[in-house]
Amino acid sequence: MDADPLSLDEVAVARKTVVKIRTPDDRSPPLAIRKLSKRYGNTIALHDVNLDVRPGEFITLLGPSGSGKTTLLMILAGFVRPDSGSVKVGEEEILVTPPHKRNVGMVFQNYALFPHMNVFENIAFPLRQRRFDRREIAERVHRVLEMVQLTGLAERRVDQLSGGQRQRVALARAIVFEPRILLMDEPLSALDKKLREQMQIEIRHLHERLGMTTVYVTHDQREAITMSDRIAVMNLGRIIQMDTPERLYVGPRTRFVAEFIGESNLLPIEVDEVGARFCGRILKSCEKPIKTSAKQWLVIRPEKLSLLDGNVDNSSLNVFDGTVTEIIYQGESFLCCVRLNDGNNLTIRNYSRGEMLARIPSVGQPVRLGLSPEDTTVVHEDQ
Amino acid sequence: MRATQLDTAATLRDGLNERALVTDRRREQMLLFGLCTPAVLLILIIIFVPIGWLSWLSLFDDAGRLGWDNYARLVEQPSYIKTFKTTFQVSLVVTIVDVLLGYPLAYMLSQMPRRAAGICMIFVILPFWTSVLVRTYAWLVILQRTGLVNEWLTGLGLVAEPVQLVHSFLGVVIGMSHVLLPFLVLPLYASMRAIDRDLLRAAMNLGASPTAAFWRVFFPLSLPGLAAGVVLIFVLCLGFFVTPTLMGGGRVIMWAMRMESTVSLYANWGAASALGVVLLVVTMGCLWIFSRLFGAENLVAKGLR
Repeated sequence: MDADPLSLDEVAVARKTVVKIRTPDDRSPPLAIRKLSKRYGNTIALHDVNLDVRPGEFITLLGPSGSGKTTLLMILAGFVRPDSGSVKVGEEEILVTPPHKRNVGMVFQNYALFPHMNVFENIAFPLRQRRFDRREIAERVHRVLEMVQLTGLAERRVDQLSGGQRQRVALARAIVFEPRILLMDEPLSALDKKLREQMQIEIRHLHERLGMTTVYVTHDQREAITMSDRIAVMNLGRIIQMDTPERLYVGPRTRFVAEFIGESNLLPIEVDEVGARFCGRILKSCEKPIKTSAKQWLVIRPEKLSLLDGNVDNSSLNVFDGTVTEIIYQGESFLCCVRLNDGNNLTIRNYSRGEMLARIPSVGQPVRLGLSPEDTTVVHEDQ
Repeated sequence: MRATQLDTAATLRDGLNERALVTDRRREQMLLFGLCTPAVLLILIIIFVPIGWLSWLSLFDDAGRLGWDNYARLVEQPSYIKTFKTTFQVSLVVTIVDVLLGYPLAYMLSQMPRRAAGICMIFVILPFWTSVLVRTYAWLVILQRTGLVNEWLTGLGLVAEPVQLVHSFLGVVIGMSHVLLPFLVLPLYASMRAIDRDLLRAAMNLGASPTAAFWRVFFPLSLPGLAAGVVLIFVLCLGFFVTPTLMGGGRVIMWAMRMESTVSLYANWGAASALGVVLLVVTMGCLWIFSRLFGAENLVAKGLR
């Protein structure tokens, strides 16, 4: 072997290549998933899944249990081998890279903190595996502890921490080595509601600060809406719809998405050349619905409906007549269940403000409900 | 039993129904105490009476004189010291052999699907249900000069003369290791099963190779189970009798065998009792050292707790 010492130029070149591996762009590379499939015996866990995550984007895989979201995450981490497909981080195909060489951080559902190590050792673990020197390890661990607001808890044993603190340690451990991609598998499901909502905002802020490409898995649609740049709604091993939270809520494409995200009333409709018909009446809407072979439904969000006053002109609205069957008071808002004259049921939500509160109808009272044309969404039955 | 009358007109000082509740609690305590008593008495009788009697006997020499003669002889006669050393040697070697055999076995079982592991576990436990005597004789048949192993070895031309496998230190170790293996595998398996697989996944996700994940995460977490198994085997070894007697063929003398010969050959109950007391004390001493080393709570494996 050539034993000549490197010239200064060569050292500089070598440094540059090292530096290049750790540029900010590379820290948050795009993620491209193509035609990914996985079967377990006769059950299809993933079917031809395509997904593009932009650099630094926060993506949530949202779906009920068995939808394939966790399988997808496990494939990204390298713990499950798919049957076919491609996963590219930046330009690199990682499908056959073993888990420990992927440089992908993961927060596990039950945190998976090492019980025989204290907080410091847990967070230092990935750094020690990468042979960082002592000083750098101490420095990085303390910086990240500060970031997740756990300063001073470095020496604590893991079993002396509360659920929220464990969550933060798990998060710190997953980001301390600056992975290319951050994966989170329902990390907040074990926390109580208040803490969960607080952590959602904190993780969101941390993501804004670090700009790491993040794939988050949850079955909680509210959590997904709160945290994500975009949401991929999954069901039965497929991505049904992928969009920003706002567009998913306003414009679901299928019945499944409409029912899974937010609350919704579904009314069966017939679509013909003139438009959508509901009980013989033509639906007033902004866009003319297109007839599909599958059954079609009108999606009405409970908060978009209004209780109409008989004296006001409402010719521009879609109008539904019915009788109140139940009033459910929920504090900040109340739900009013209405049986329409044709037998369908609608639920409407109103915020408990002064004038509205005074107008809560009583059970058995006939009411007229109004829906503005821009609040109508037509979806089709899932295939 | 009649329910205690609830005192509706309680005075302020006593609190509402306070006296009735106290009486009720006392009655429950008495009931539980009463239920435990027979078992506690039985245990006290079968443990402390024989030990007390043993200790008492050990203080009399053959002529029936009270004194420390029996103990003095254990220290003075080199043959006793040799037996003592052999006992520890055998125990140590058997424990090491069982750890080397049992750890990989328990690890393999713990990584298998539960059903398959259950079936394989039967093969570990099955010999456990067979009499020690039967198992030891089976080893004699396999390992003796004209046994299965030696016939194969000579038949294949690997050795010219049959190898001395039984009636030796080696034979004792083979026999005892086999008999005691389940005592290591069972607690070890239980503690390995209790290790969350996500911990290993997390380790690998954080950059540890499978080997590093094993040594940095799995192995340290399996140590309590290993400690429990090691203590169990070592302590059982110290007092083992049947297998070393048969497999050793008189060449390997362990402590318990010495006790037996003292009684059956010389009918010296005092000396045998002294040997027993010493074995008991040494065993307790070992347990104490182990509990200091591993922590007393770790000596019972997770999952069995």
